[in-house]
Amino acid sequence: MNYVFQFNVVWDHLPELLNGALLTIQLSATAMALGLCLAVLCAYGKSAGPQPIRWLATGYVELIRNTPFLVQIFIFYFSLPAIGLYLSANTAALLAMTVNLGAYASEIVRAGIEAVPHGQVEAGRALGLKRLQIFRSIVIFPALKTVYPALSSQFILLMLSSSVVSTISAVELTAITSSLQSTTFRPFEFYFVATGLYLAMSLGFRAVLSTTYWAVFQRRGVG
Amino acid sequence: MARGFGSDELLYLLKAIPWTLLLSLGALLGGGILGFLIAFLRIVPSRPLRWLAIGYIELFQGTPVLMQLFVAYYGLAVLFNIQVGAWPAVLLAFSLYSGAFLGEIWRGSIQAIPRPQWEAATSLALSFPKQLWYVILPQAARISIPPTVGFVVQLIKNTSIAAIIGFVELTRAGQLMTDATFKPMIVYPVVAALYFILCWPLSLLAQTLERRIDANLGIKRRL
Repeated sequence: MNYVFQFNVVWDHLPELLNGALLTIQLSATAMALGLCLAVLCAYGKSAGPQPIRWLATGYVELIRNTPFLVQIFIFYFSLPAIGLYLSANTAALLAMTVNLGAYASEIVRAGIEAVPHGQVEAGRALGLKRLQIFRSIVIFPALKTVYPALSSQFILLMLSSSVVSTISAVELTAITSSLQSTTFRPFEFYFVATGLYLAMSLGFRAVLSTTYWAVFQRRGVG
Repeated sequence: MARGFGSDELLYLLKAIPWTLLLSLGALLGGGILGFLIAFLRIVPSRPLRWLAIGYIELFQGTPVLMQLFVAYYGLAVLFNIQVGAWPAVLLAFSLYSGAFLGEIWRGSIQAIPRPQWEAATSLALSFPKQLWYVILPQAARISIPPTVGFVVQLIKNTSIAAIIGFVELTRAGQLMTDATFKPMIVYPVVAALYFILCWPLSLLAQTLERRIDANLGIKRRL
């Protein structure tokens, strides 16, 4: 091996890389929030909705969970324009990430809902609460608390898989890295540093998520 | 005049499936050996070895597969001074990636075996490797089957990422077919359907096995 590593080139372009990382964080955080809403809706539909809604939710979840994220992105970005729906790269990426997370997280949330003791639901019914009221004020918070660790890992997996959206020219960290390495001819150094940035981001996200857990659940003493 | 999407084009996609499967199988073999090693290192009574294994898992679960692919691809080139083909790089990266996940799955299965089993083996004067081999692993193997099958589904879907560095498997074949026919609205959904046909039976198998093992162990799963 007589290759000379030149990390100073990467250092010169660090601001651009960090800009890319910022878009990765923005995309991931937005998709997490939207995907969680979608997941809760879907889990509610699956556990309490009428039969057609249940089938619809099950179909959605199975379809997404058994096809690759990359192909889902291609469908959003390349296939939808064929039926007249044009999305920008960033919108398509965000949409694909949200839809993807929604399916995985809805299975997790549903497990949490099923873990809420049935007596609590009956107590709510005895108080004359409506179904949606029971779900909103009795079931959902303890359910989310139970499955929070699983949800956080899913969030981090989503952040990592967001690197794949670089293929449709959404200019997040991976895309920036790819374009920089092709103009500087130092691919190994750039990808090495970008991998380190991703590692830092997943540790950072984990810290933020556990702080959120404390702020939302622990402090209020839910569950 | 672009060509249409007929039986020839479908055949082209079908012919790419063996590459997807071959890559998954190769990564499963490589990752299986590595994962076994990692799971073993995670439970040996030596702190430095455990830290080594934890570091490995953190690194490969905390960074995107796509980045691991790029680093392997250009890293091999740096190491051997020549541009290696996509196949060894892809195989290496997916093996390392699978090793981290399988290692964690199998460690969990080993640690799910109740403590008294270890104690009983100790009281029979078996050495640590013999305790592991004759008493713990046969029981842990059963528990580990459903999550391992679940991971294989994950792996098959993730091999699609190899398309980004130009390895021709199902997704890359889909891209090439789209370029030839200009019909992304047909090609990508067909590709997704093919993945679904590969993955769905395995997903169902994982669910069934999980339920059967729970029933055998007398676990009423609430989560």
